[in-house]
Amino acid sequence: MTVDLILFLILALVAVATAAGMLFSRNAVYSALFLVLNFASIAVFYLLLGAPFIAMAQITVYAGAIMVLFLFVIMLLGAEQLAPIKVLPWQRPLAIGLAAVLVAETAYLLILRAKPAADIIPPAETVNTLGELQRLGMALFNQYLLPFEVTSILLLVAMVGAIVLTKREKGERE
Amino acid sequence: MIPLSWYLILAAALFSVGLFGVLARKNAIAILLGVELMLNAVNINLVAFWRYGSLASIAGQVFAIIVFAVAAAEVAVGLGLVISVYRRRNTVVADELDLMKW
Repeated sequence: MTVDLILFLILALVAVATAAGMLFSRNAVYSALFLVLNFASIAVFYLLLGAPFIAMAQITVYAGAIMVLFLFVIMLLGAEQLAPIKVLPWQRPLAIGLAAVLVAETAYLLILRAKPAADIIPPAETVNTLGELQRLGMALFNQYLLPFEVTSILLLVAMVGAIVLTKREKGERE
Repeated sequence: MIPLSWYLILAAALFSVGLFGVLARKNAIAILLGVELMLNAVNINLVAFWRYGSLASIAGQVFAIIVFAVAAAEVAVGLGLVISVYRRRNTVVADELDLMKW
Protein backbone atom coordinates (compact mmCIF):
# COMPACT_ATOMS: atom_id res chain seq x y z
CA MET A 1 0.00 0.00 0.00
CA THR A 2 2.66 2.51 0.99
CA VAL A 3 4.96 1.13 -1.72
CA ASP A 4 2.24 1.98 -4.25
CA LEU A 5 1.98 5.45 -2.83
CA ILE A 6 5.73 6.14 -2.96
CA LEU A 7 5.94 4.72 -6.49
CA PHE A 8 3.02 6.90 -7.56
CA LEU A 9 4.58 10.06 -6.14
CA ILE A 10 7.99 9.42 -7.73
CA LEU A 11 6.41 8.58 -11.07
CA ALA A 12 4.15 11.63 -10.95
CA LEU A 13 7.20 13.79 -10.28
CA VAL A 14 9.06 12.19 -13.22
CA ALA A 15 6.05 12.57 -15.52
CA VAL A 16 5.46 16.24 -14.73
CA ALA A 17 9.18 17.07 -14.79
CA THR A 18 9.71 15.44 -18.19
CA ALA A 19 6.59 17.17 -19.53
CA ALA A 20 8.01 20.50 -18.36
CA GLY A 21 11.36 19.57 -19.91
CA MET A 22 9.56 18.86 -23.18
CA LEU A 23 7.99 22.31 -22.96
CA PHE A 24 11.06 24.35 -22.13
CA SER A 25 13.91 22.73 -24.06
CA ARG A 26 14.75 24.84 -27.09
CA ASN A 27 16.03 21.91 -29.12
CA ALA A 28 13.19 19.90 -30.71
CA VAL A 29 15.19 16.65 -30.45
CA TYR A 30 15.49 17.08 -26.67
CA SER A 31 11.75 17.83 -26.54
CA ALA A 32 10.98 14.55 -28.29
CA LEU A 33 13.35 12.57 -26.05
CA PHE A 34 11.81 14.09 -22.91
CA LEU A 35 8.42 13.03 -24.22
CA VAL A 36 9.69 9.44 -24.68
CA LEU A 37 10.66 9.42 -20.99
CA ASN A 38 7.24 10.84 -20.11
CA PHE A 39 5.48 8.09 -22.09
CA ALA A 40 7.57 5.43 -20.33
CA SER A 41 6.53 6.77 -16.92
CA ILE A 42 2.88 6.82 -18.02
CA ALA A 43 3.27 3.15 -19.05
CA VAL A 44 4.30 2.36 -15.45
CA PHE A 45 1.11 4.13 -14.29
CA TYR A 46 -0.88 1.71 -16.45
CA LEU A 47 0.94 -1.20 -14.78
CA LEU A 48 0.04 0.28 -11.38
CA LEU A 49 -3.59 0.44 -12.49
CA GLY A 50 -3.53 -3.23 -13.51
CA ALA A 51 -3.64 -2.77 -17.28
CA PRO A 52 -0.45 -4.48 -18.58
CA PHE A 53 -1.64 -4.68 -22.18
CA ILE A 54 -2.22 -0.92 -22.34
CA ALA A 55 1.22 -0.40 -20.79
CA MET A 56 2.95 -2.53 -23.44
CA ALA A 57 0.92 -0.87 -26.22
CA GLN A 58 1.98 2.50 -24.80
CA ILE A 59 5.66 1.51 -25.00
CA THR A 60 5.48 0.00 -28.48
CA VAL A 61 3.07 2.43 -30.15
CA TYR A 62 3.87 5.73 -28.44
CA ALA A 63 7.45 5.54 -27.18
CA GLY A 64 8.39 3.30 -30.10
CA ALA A 65 6.58 4.02 -33.34
CA ILE A 66 5.20 7.53 -32.92
CA MET A 67 8.26 9.11 -31.32
CA VAL A 68 10.60 7.52 -33.87
CA LEU A 69 8.43 9.10 -36.57
CA PHE A 70 8.75 12.47 -34.80
CA LEU A 71 12.55 12.21 -34.46
CA PHE A 72 12.81 11.11 -38.07
CA VAL A 73 10.90 14.17 -39.33
CA ILE A 74 12.74 16.58 -37.00
CA MET A 75 16.11 15.38 -38.25
CA LEU A 76 14.94 15.14 -41.87
CA LEU A 77 13.81 18.77 -41.93
CA GLY A 78 16.67 20.04 -39.78
CA ALA A 79 14.13 21.75 -37.54
CA GLU A 80 16.02 21.19 -34.27
CA GLN A 81 16.77 24.82 -33.54
CA LEU A 82 14.52 27.78 -34.13
CA ALA A 83 15.47 31.40 -33.76
CA PRO A 84 13.53 33.04 -30.91
CA ILE A 85 10.65 35.18 -32.11
CA LYS A 86 9.82 38.33 -30.21
CA VAL A 87 6.49 38.37 -28.38
CA LEU A 88 4.04 41.25 -28.05
CA PRO A 89 4.81 43.38 -24.93
CA TRP A 90 1.39 43.01 -23.29
CA GLN A 91 1.17 39.26 -24.01
CA ARG A 92 3.30 37.94 -21.14
CA PRO A 93 1.65 39.80 -18.20
CA LEU A 94 -1.78 38.93 -19.56
CA ALA A 95 -0.86 35.25 -19.89
CA ILE A 96 0.58 35.17 -16.35
CA GLY A 97 -2.57 36.82 -14.97
CA LEU A 98 -4.92 34.40 -16.73
CA ALA A 99 -2.81 31.40 -15.64
CA ALA A 100 -2.96 32.64 -12.03
CA VAL A 101 -6.77 32.83 -12.28
CA LEU A 102 -6.89 29.25 -13.62
CA VAL A 103 -4.59 27.95 -10.87
CA ALA A 104 -6.68 29.71 -8.19
CA GLU A 105 -9.87 28.23 -9.64
CA THR A 106 -8.42 24.71 -9.69
CA ALA A 107 -7.02 25.06 -6.17
CA TYR A 108 -10.42 26.28 -4.94
CA LEU A 109 -12.16 23.26 -6.45
CA LEU A 110 -9.54 20.83 -5.13
CA ILE A 111 -9.20 22.16 -1.59
CA LEU A 112 -12.60 23.55 -0.71
CA ARG A 113 -15.05 21.52 -2.75
CA ALA A 114 -13.46 18.05 -2.76
CA LYS A 115 -14.55 15.56 -0.11
CA PRO A 116 -11.47 13.52 0.83
CA ALA A 117 -13.40 11.23 3.16
CA ALA A 118 -15.66 10.11 0.32
CA ASP A 119 -12.77 9.44 -2.04
CA ILE A 120 -13.32 6.59 -4.40
CA ILE A 121 -11.46 3.37 -3.67
CA PRO A 122 -11.19 0.57 -6.27
CA PRO A 123 -13.70 -2.25 -5.86
CA ALA A 124 -11.28 -5.19 -5.98
CA GLU A 125 -7.75 -5.18 -4.64
CA THR A 126 -6.36 -7.48 -7.31
CA VAL A 127 -7.15 -7.82 -10.98
CA ASN A 128 -6.66 -11.08 -12.85
CA THR A 129 -4.63 -9.47 -15.61
CA LEU A 130 -4.51 -12.44 -17.98
CA GLY A 131 -8.26 -12.92 -17.76
CA GLU A 132 -8.62 -9.20 -18.33
CA LEU A 133 -6.67 -9.48 -21.56
CA GLN A 134 -8.98 -12.19 -22.81
CA ARG A 135 -12.02 -10.12 -21.89
CA LEU A 136 -10.47 -7.12 -23.64
CA GLY A 137 -10.18 -9.07 -26.87
CA MET A 138 -13.73 -10.40 -26.58
CA ALA A 139 -15.11 -6.90 -25.94
CA LEU A 140 -13.09 -5.41 -28.79
CA PHE A 141 -14.33 -7.92 -31.35
CA ASN A 142 -17.92 -8.34 -30.15
CA GLN A 143 -19.36 -5.35 -28.34
CA TYR A 144 -17.05 -2.75 -29.92
CA LEU A 145 -16.70 -4.30 -33.37
CA LEU A 146 -18.08 -1.28 -35.22
CA PRO A 147 -15.77 1.30 -33.54
CA PHE A 148 -12.88 -1.09 -34.16
CA GLU A 149 -13.67 -1.29 -37.88
CA VAL A 150 -14.15 2.48 -38.08
CA THR A 151 -10.71 2.87 -36.47
CA SER A 152 -9.18 0.61 -39.12
CA ILE A 153 -10.79 2.74 -41.87
CA LEU A 154 -9.43 5.84 -40.11
CA LEU A 155 -5.92 4.36 -40.19
CA LEU A 156 -6.30 3.54 -43.89
CA VAL A 157 -7.47 7.09 -44.64
CA ALA A 158 -4.56 8.51 -42.62
CA MET A 159 -2.09 6.34 -44.52
CA VAL A 160 -3.48 7.42 -47.92
CA GLY A 161 -3.55 11.04 -46.73
CA ALA A 162 0.08 10.96 -45.58
CA ILE A 163 1.19 9.46 -48.91
CA VAL A 164 -0.80 12.00 -50.96
CA LEU A 165 0.46 14.93 -48.86
CA THR A 166 4.12 14.04 -49.18
CA LYS A 167 4.03 12.91 -52.81
CA ARG A 168 5.89 15.19 -55.17
CA GLU A 169 3.49 16.42 -57.83
CA LYS A 170 4.28 16.00 -61.51
CA GLY A 171 5.93 19.10 -62.91
CA GLU A 172 6.67 20.54 -59.45
CA ARG A 173 10.12 22.06 -59.37
CA GLU A 174 12.72 21.06 -56.84
CA MET B 1 -4.48 2.15 -2.60
CA ILE B 2 -4.06 5.48 -4.32
CA PRO B 3 -7.19 7.65 -4.40
CA LEU B 4 -8.77 8.18 -7.83
CA SER B 5 -8.47 11.95 -7.52
CA TRP B 6 -4.66 11.75 -7.55
CA TYR B 7 -4.72 10.16 -10.99
CA LEU B 8 -7.18 12.80 -12.17
CA ILE B 9 -4.98 15.62 -10.82
CA LEU B 10 -1.93 14.12 -12.53
CA ALA B 11 -3.82 13.78 -15.82
CA ALA B 12 -5.08 17.36 -15.51
CA ALA B 13 -1.52 18.61 -14.91
CA LEU B 14 -0.16 16.74 -17.94
CA PHE B 15 -3.08 17.96 -20.06
CA SER B 16 -2.40 21.56 -19.02
CA VAL B 17 1.30 21.24 -19.89
CA GLY B 18 0.36 19.80 -23.28
CA LEU B 19 -2.18 22.57 -23.90
CA PHE B 20 0.40 25.20 -23.00
CA GLY B 21 2.81 23.56 -25.46
CA VAL B 22 0.19 23.68 -28.22
CA LEU B 23 -0.60 27.34 -27.55
CA ALA B 24 2.89 28.69 -26.88
CA ARG B 25 5.35 26.79 -29.10
CA LYS B 26 6.22 28.20 -32.51
CA ASN B 27 7.67 25.01 -33.99
CA ALA B 28 4.90 23.05 -35.78
CA ILE B 29 6.48 19.75 -34.68
CA ALA B 30 6.53 20.91 -31.04
CA ILE B 31 2.81 21.72 -31.34
CA LEU B 32 2.18 18.12 -32.42
CA LEU B 33 4.25 16.90 -29.42
CA GLY B 34 1.90 18.90 -27.16
CA VAL B 35 -1.13 17.24 -28.75
CA GLU B 36 0.41 13.82 -28.05
CA LEU B 37 0.84 14.73 -24.38
CA MET B 38 -2.82 15.79 -24.16
CA LEU B 39 -3.99 12.51 -25.70
CA ASN B 40 -1.90 10.61 -23.14
CA ALA B 41 -3.43 12.55 -20.26
CA VAL B 42 -6.89 11.57 -21.50
CA ASN B 43 -5.78 7.93 -21.66
CA ILE B 44 -4.66 8.00 -18.00
CA ASN B 45 -8.15 9.21 -17.10
CA LEU B 46 -9.82 6.45 -19.13
CA VAL B 47 -7.76 3.63 -17.58
CA ALA B 48 -8.09 5.09 -14.06
CA PHE B 49 -11.88 5.31 -14.36
CA TRP B 50 -11.98 1.73 -15.62
CA ARG B 51 -9.94 0.51 -12.63
CA TYR B 52 -11.91 2.48 -10.05
CA GLY B 53 -15.32 1.98 -11.61
CA SER B 54 -16.97 -1.36 -12.11
CA LEU B 55 -14.49 -3.98 -13.31
CA ALA B 56 -17.30 -5.88 -15.04
CA SER B 57 -17.08 -3.52 -18.00
CA ILE B 58 -13.80 -3.21 -19.86
CA ALA B 59 -14.83 -0.20 -21.96
CA GLY B 60 -12.09 2.02 -20.48
CA GLN B 61 -9.29 -0.13 -21.90
CA VAL B 62 -11.07 -0.47 -25.25
CA PHE B 63 -11.36 3.32 -25.50
CA ALA B 64 -7.68 3.69 -24.61
CA ILE B 65 -6.73 1.36 -27.48
CA ILE B 66 -8.92 3.34 -29.89
CA VAL B 67 -7.24 6.57 -28.70
CA PHE B 68 -3.86 4.96 -29.50
CA ALA B 69 -4.98 4.28 -33.07
CA VAL B 70 -6.40 7.80 -33.48
CA ALA B 71 -3.14 9.29 -32.15
CA ALA B 72 -1.12 7.26 -34.65
CA ALA B 73 -3.35 8.44 -37.52
CA GLU B 74 -3.14 12.04 -36.31
CA VAL B 75 0.68 11.92 -36.18
CA ALA B 76 0.94 10.41 -39.66
CA VAL B 77 -1.26 13.11 -41.23
CA GLY B 78 0.20 15.91 -39.10
CA LEU B 79 3.81 15.10 -39.96
CA GLY B 80 2.82 14.63 -43.61
CA LEU B 81 1.40 18.17 -43.53
CA VAL B 82 4.58 19.50 -41.87
CA ILE B 83 6.75 17.89 -44.56
CA SER B 84 4.49 19.21 -47.32
CA VAL B 85 4.53 22.75 -45.87
CA TYR B 86 8.31 22.63 -45.43
CA ARG B 87 8.72 21.64 -49.05
CA ARG B 88 6.66 24.59 -50.29
CA ARG B 89 7.47 27.37 -47.81
CA ASN B 90 10.83 26.15 -46.44
CA THR B 91 9.79 26.72 -42.81
CA VAL B 92 8.14 24.89 -39.90
CA VAL B 93 7.48 28.02 -37.83
CA ALA B 94 3.72 28.26 -37.31
CA ASP B 95 3.81 32.07 -37.28
CA GLU B 96 5.22 32.26 -40.79
CA LEU B 97 2.47 30.09 -42.28
CA ASP B 98 0.08 33.01 -42.72
CA LEU B 99 -1.06 32.49 -46.30
CA MET B 100 -4.73 32.30 -45.22
CA LYS B 101 -4.46 35.16 -42.74
CA TRP B 102 -6.76 38.02 -43.63
